[in-house]
Amino acid sequence: MSDNTIRQFISFTIGDEEYGVDIMAIREIKGWTASTALPNAPAYMRGVINLRGAIVPILDLRARFGRGVTDASARHVIMVVAVGNRVAGLLVDAVADILAVPGDDIQPVPQLEHAAAGFLTGLVTVEGRMVALLDLDHVFAFDEMDLSEINTDAAA
Amino acid sequence: MAEDQSYDLSRFKATYFEECAELLASAEETLSRLQDGEGSVEDLNAVFRCVHSIKGGGGAFAFEDLVHFAHVFETSMDALRSGRVQLTPHVAEILVRGNDVLGDFVRAAQEGETLPPDHGAEVKTQLAAILTGDADTPAPAARPAPVAAPAAVPSGFATWTIRLTPAPGLLRTGNDPLLMIRELSGLGEMKVAVDRSRLPLLADMDAQTAYLAWTFTLVTDKGRAAIEEVFEFVAGDSADVVIEQTGQPVEAEEGDGWGLFAPIPPTPDAPPAAAAPTHQGTVGHPAAPATSAKGQEAGAGGIHTSSIRVDLDRVDRLVNMVGELVITQAMLGQQASGFSIESHPELVQGLQELSHHTRELQESVMAIRAQPVKALFSRAPRLVRDLSTKLGKQARLVMSGEGTEVDKTVIEQLSDPLTHLIRNSLDHGIETPEERIAQGKPAEGTIHLAAEHRSGRVVIQVSDDGKGIDRKRVLEKAIEKGLVDRGAQMTDEQIDQLIFAPGFSTAAVVSDVSGRGVGMDVVRKNIQDVGGRVVVQSTPGQGSRFILSLPLTLAVMDGMLVAVGNERYVLPLTNIVESLRPTAQQARTLVNVGDVLTLRGDYIRLIRLYELFGIKNAITDTTRGLVVVVETEGGDRIGLLVDELLGQQQVVIKSLDSNYRPVEGISAATILGDGRVALILDVGALRIMGERLMSGAQLVAAASPQAAE
Repeated sequence: MSDNTIRQFISFTIGDEEYGVDIMAIREIKGWTASTALPNAPAYMRGVINLRGAIVPILDLRARFGRGVTDASARHVIMVVAVGNRVAGLLVDAVADILAVPGDDIQPVPQLEHAAAGFLTGLVTVEGRMVALLDLDHVFAFDEMDLSEINTDAAA
Repeated sequence: MAEDQSYDLSRFKATYFEECAELLASAEETLSRLQDGEGSVEDLNAVFRCVHSIKGGGGAFAFEDLVHFAHVFETSMDALRSGRVQLTPHVAEILVRGNDVLGDFVRAAQEGETLPPDHGAEVKTQLAAILTGDADTPAPAARPAPVAAPAAVPSGFATWTIRLTPAPGLLRTGNDPLLMIRELSGLGEMKVAVDRSRLPLLADMDAQTAYLAWTFTLVTDKGRAAIEEVFEFVAGDSADVVIEQTGQPVEAEEGDGWGLFAPIPPTPDAPPAAAAPTHQGTVGHPAAPATSAKGQEAGAGGIHTSSIRVDLDRVDRLVNMVGELVITQAMLGQQASGFSIESHPELVQGLQELSHHTRELQESVMAIRAQPVKALFSRAPRLVRDLSTKLGKQARLVMSGEGTEVDKTVIEQLSDPLTHLIRNSLDHGIETPEERIAQGKPAEGTIHLAAEHRSGRVVIQVSDDGKGIDRKRVLEKAIEKGLVDRGAQMTDEQIDQLIFAPGFSTAAVVSDVSGRGVGMDVVRKNIQDVGGRVVVQSTPGQGSRFILSLPLTLAVMDGMLVAVGNERYVLPLTNIVESLRPTAQQARTLVNVGDVLTLRGDYIRLIRLYELFGIKNAITDTTRGLVVVVETEGGDRIGLLVDELLGQQQVVIKSLDSNYRPVEGISAATILGDGRVALILDVGALRIMGERLMSGAQLVAAASPQAAE
């Protein structure tokens, strides 16, 4: 059965790679602000920030994919997304594009030896670039988070 | 279209369930009075109304099981209030159970669950049996005489003067006076006089407001209860109803009755102001003795309502806004701290006033959420009664300070722990009557439930005069369960606190009351969840006392801001005992024990916060840093090594788990004056983390490998 529903994504970059998040999940995009570190959290947890009175956790996507902790500067971007009843932030390098993708064009994720593979729902090719679509539910599964990957640099 | 309807319905449903909760609670309270044999016919009516209202609303939403059960319940209640069946203690107990089952149905309907088809079947049969218990008496009349008006000869005709003054909001609650008038006129011969005195000018009139009042003169053989039934759903809240018997009961024909009272003047022409006096003149009897209790209540409450029903969400939004205001005020204070009163007198003074007003506003807003603990205590009498019967013990419940107010959330969270503590006192504390007499105590034990405000917190105590904690057995059990090392030196207080350890239970026999070992640790956890502490004091042979100390509110607290490396944390002020910069002699590291602090002869475990949390750039030399001595809920003291104290401030408590997950050692988060987030330390959890850290690298849980550093 063909799926011609057009879905919109906001794409962003981490290094040379481009990732997409469903536009409906995105609450806002803001510049990096210093976060408060959480004790004994994994390295990819960058702590929490104050988003108009709400305490919002920030996840470093680069670190989540196992490529080291992002050296965050004012030019880095936090994408604030809603996952279920929760609001959380994704630290990424830069916002790239807004994509409109027909459902049929979304390809399944091949079995890859890629740290990010488990966090993806599909792949699309836009103007020759490959964009990996994120599975936010999985990325933000804090309750299943493995606390053994402790971040000892969080306080830096 | 269909969606719109379901949306609307869900809103009505929410209101319905809210009302159900209130009705069930009020029915329960009344029923417990009936059970004590202190009830009146009015109480029976009140319960009937509650059940009837629940049934009516349930029918509107097609909750069939609920309606079916409520109907059986209602039928039994009707038989009782009409006097067909006598209210015996046994019947009262069935009613109490009926109310519980009705509550189950309401909850099931609210959560969209389906209860097993036989749920409450036994109670239903018992309720029905109340009716059949009456079956052997002579066949009852269609509507037998009510017991409510013993003065009236039930079979005779009497003249009644009924005054109906609707509250302005009557129409908006879906009641229609016309229907009531029609029903009333169906009871007998009736004359009506209207009181237009409240009628405003046409220009000022609100079509949805009830302005008129009526005086009815009714000749009927039906009795007071039948008249009261007409106004059943409006009396008290929505209208002022006064029912007076003005004419003597007459055995003979109707006609004779008419001579007993003067006809009412043609009212449409009467000046509005004269309506009331006319009515008084007509009555000719002093009003007071005949006025029903209901009428008096309505008169006192009157048309003016002294309370309003507000959605909790709205109050919470208000609480949140005040929280934001507190943060903004802290920010302004911080910004202006550089200004002296000499250079900017108005600014500094204005900020001080702002600070006072903010605090006052915050206290007022918190007061909205405050509720008397009475709501919490009201279940206790039944619990004690039921359990003492079940356990074959005799116990008396004494309550004090029911009027003490606490935040609604605290009350909700306390319900289970308090139930458990009472159960525990009855099960493990109070001895059997034989044992008590043998020890020279009265056969009946006493459980005291007390609430009071004490230095910004609420203290709730559950004490009993039972046997107290058997420390020897507690210690044995703790060693057996591996909670304590054999040979460990423990003070009596420390042993007492062991009963709060997870999986601990000393009951020799596991009863269905308590003794499964899942009680006390849950009690402590529930209380800690709302920022409270629980301590136990016990004297062998004389009883135990559980002391629950709770914050008045959950939204704002006083905290001390401390710095560790580049991080800032908030310590709850209530935990802090003192702070000091230890000398080299005071702070020592002992082999197998870890860091300790000598303080006036006491040894206090020293916890290095930077070590626990893996913080860089912190002061590691105890003699250069600061030690804050804090007290945990168990009464233990520990010293926390921090870099410095940054100052005291009010902080607004923000949940960390609503967007993230609980973090060990942290109870919540807050926002500081500069907009940054600071984490609030959980002293009790820090103590546990500290002990784990000290107990050696080999035992360190996988969750904190940084301890190996």
